[in-house]
Amino acid sequence: MSTSLAAVRAVLARRADEPGALLPILHEVQDQLGCIPADAVPEIAGALNLSRAEVHGVITYYHHFRGEPAGRHVIQVCRAEACQALGAEALLTHAERRLVCRSHASSSDGRYTLEPVFCLGLCASSPAIVIDERLHARISPAAFDRLIGALENEDAEEAAR
Amino acid sequence: MSTAITVRVPRDSAALAVGADAVAATLQAECARRGLALNLVRNGSRGLFWLEPLVEVSTSAGRVAYGPVTPEDVPGLLDAGLLQGAPHALGHGPTEQIPYLAKQERLCFARMGLTDPLSLADYEAHEGWAGLRRALAMPDAAVVDEVLQSGLRGRGGAAFPTGIKWKTVMNTPSAQKYIVCNADEGDSGTYSDRMTMEGDPYMLIEGMTIAALAVGATRGYVYVRSEYPHAIATLNDAIARAEAAGFLGSDVLGSGRAFHLQVRKAAGAYVCGEETALLESLEGKRGIVRAKPPLPAIEGLFGQPTVINNVISFASVPLILARGAAHYRDYGVGRSMGTLPIQLAGNVKRGGLVEKAFGVTLRELLYDFGGGTASGRPIKAVQVGGPLGTYVPESKWDVPLDYEAYAAFGGVVGHGGIVVHDDTADMAKLARYAMEFCAIESCGKCTPCRIGSTRGVEVIDRITANVNRPAQVKLLRDLCDTMLAGSLCAMGGMTPYPVLSALDHYPEDFGLATPDRAAA
Ligand SMILES: Cc1cc2nc3c(=O)[nH]c(=O)nc-3n(C[C@H](O)[C@H](O)[C@H](O)COP(=O)(O)O)c2cc1C
Ligand code: SF4
Ligand code: FES
Repeated sequence: MSTSLAAVRAVLARRADEPGALLPILHEVQDQLGCIPADAVPEIAGALNLSRAEVHGVITYYHHFRGEPAGRHVIQVCRAEACQALGAEALLTHAERRLVCRSHASSSDGRYTLEPVFCLGLCASSPAIVIDERLHARISPAAFDRLIGALENEDAEEAAR
Repeated sequence: MSTAITVRVPRDSAALAVGADAVAATLQAECARRGLALNLVRNGSRGLFWLEPLVEVSTSAGRVAYGPVTPEDVPGLLDAGLLQGAPHALGHGPTEQIPYLAKQERLCFARMGLTDPLSLADYEAHEGWAGLRRALAMPDAAVVDEVLQSGLRGRGGAAFPTGIKWKTVMNTPSAQKYIVCNADEGDSGTYSDRMTMEGDPYMLIEGMTIAALAVGATRGYVYVRSEYPHAIATLNDAIARAEAAGFLGSDVLGSGRAFHLQVRKAAGAYVCGEETALLESLEGKRGIVRAKPPLPAIEGLFGQPTVINNVISFASVPLILARGAAHYRDYGVGRSMGTLPIQLAGNVKRGGLVEKAFGVTLRELLYDFGGGTASGRPIKAVQVGGPLGTYVPESKWDVPLDYEAYAAFGGVVGHGGIVVHDDTADMAKLARYAMEFCAIESCGKCTPCRIGSTRGVEVIDRITANVNRPAQVKLLRDLCDTMLAGSLCAMGGMTPYPVLSALDHYPEDFGLATPDRAAA
């Protein structure tokens, strides 16, 4: 058995009996494995007494869940109204160019995944972004470049070690 | 070493997003280097976001504020006498006297930024648990009646009287009832739920516990959007501490009555903020809207009677119980009683949380509080009430904020979000965005919403490209009529609000003749 399937089974053993367990299970699996791999679906379906189609339907319904692993860094850019009012659209276009990555996709080198999102609750300090779960607000294209530059330096240092 | 001086640096997400952690770390390092004793507290945010990170120093004359502070500012601030509350270019004097804060009527947000969010002692010292204690000494029906008498209406959007909802659940017999908190806060321009969970989580816990005891529910869930990791972490921590201290669990404050509360993380679907879609999601299904009836109060979570309320609705309850319904009802106008935590967002100079009694006007909010746009350009458009809310034209900026007064001109107060745009905004683009948002986020149950929104994007594209424009404008209006009339929930049913208000008030952005402003 693969290590990822073992992880899925451990989550199921702990949580399958909870009422409405499917979302918490999917969250835990994705938190541990970076995505919900295709071979996890029959396992989850079996443990919860659901059909594979039902589980698959839930995974694809929610924006948060992914079937494939993300790039090394996940960059979320808010594109909702309050951020639009201070240049979110231009920021997103800038991010696509800077990261060489289309929205809702990963860069060809697997380094970045770029996700436009609807609101991060930082609407009084827009535009707002998230880089690997760290929030950043009042982000201009220049500030974006500084953050990504710092990230690249960290990666380079780590690679040199 | 001298006695330690208390300095507060907020831990609210919006403060973290502009570097509050680095400011806190630098303060600690720099004070240690200088041999200064520092008692660093991570408080909630006051909600004055243009000043974040806002550093507050306790002095004999109360708290003194500095902001926005960067790590680089810290040595200079200490040189100038930050720890004594001395004047500085970044200083704002006593926090409570900052006009933005002094002019507010903070009931729900009274503790916000004052306390350490996770400190049970702080909470207790600031009127915490007083509502729950009073409720425990009253008959259940009297608690529900108190909420009813307060005039509190749901702050999530639909403004339904909270007490009536509770009464229905109380009067519906069942072995198992549930309390569900809607913390999906998907509306752009809103963050009061997030601030509450991060900055005063016990208030929400107390409100939900009062609801549970009153209606006879023993289990509760807080459904929090996945975009709010800090809120989720703080709430989980707060629930564990409240449980350990006996405020939650199998024997609430020794009453012999149980209430078990759990956080559930959402998964990024806007429509799951709609209450029945939320319940489906909690049950582990796709978040598809249910037809009503049955009402969730009769057949809600897992088919059982369920109170589902917004974060601010629950959070308003402890104070109503602690001080009595009349105290709360004395604020507000008409049938809009109490206060609303209003959120100023977007292109606004002083963006932040403004809690005021109903009756305040948009103009006061935009200028007296907001100070106009951040860009310094004229305000062009203001969307009130989230992405499904109307763009309110200037002719309505003096209408008192009041559910009925807004409804009378086709506006919505909603969750109290206000998004400001300057004169560079393209209203046809924003209308297109509203349709696109609906197309992406529709749950797919009804055709007008699912298909109509996609058609709407195409029609607006043809209007702006001037392909058969007059006919397309008529088509857009027909389409909006169909969505308004033929949608099961407000997603499809209200997307026409921003679209039509943009078209009506800014026709020039759609390539149409400008209306005679004087006649409008
Ligand atoms: C598309 C859609 C999204 C909604 N999103 C939210 C939300 O994020 N938070 C919320 O409290 N209510 C939201 N609502 C309103 C809820 O359906 C419901 O009215 C609310 O949870 C009731 O609580 P209240 O009476 O305390 O306001 C939404 C409604 C619709 C139609
Ligand atoms: S209006 Fe839209 S979101 Fe609401 S039930 Fe119909 S399809 Fe679903
Ligand atoms: S709209 Fe971007 S953070 Fe809310």
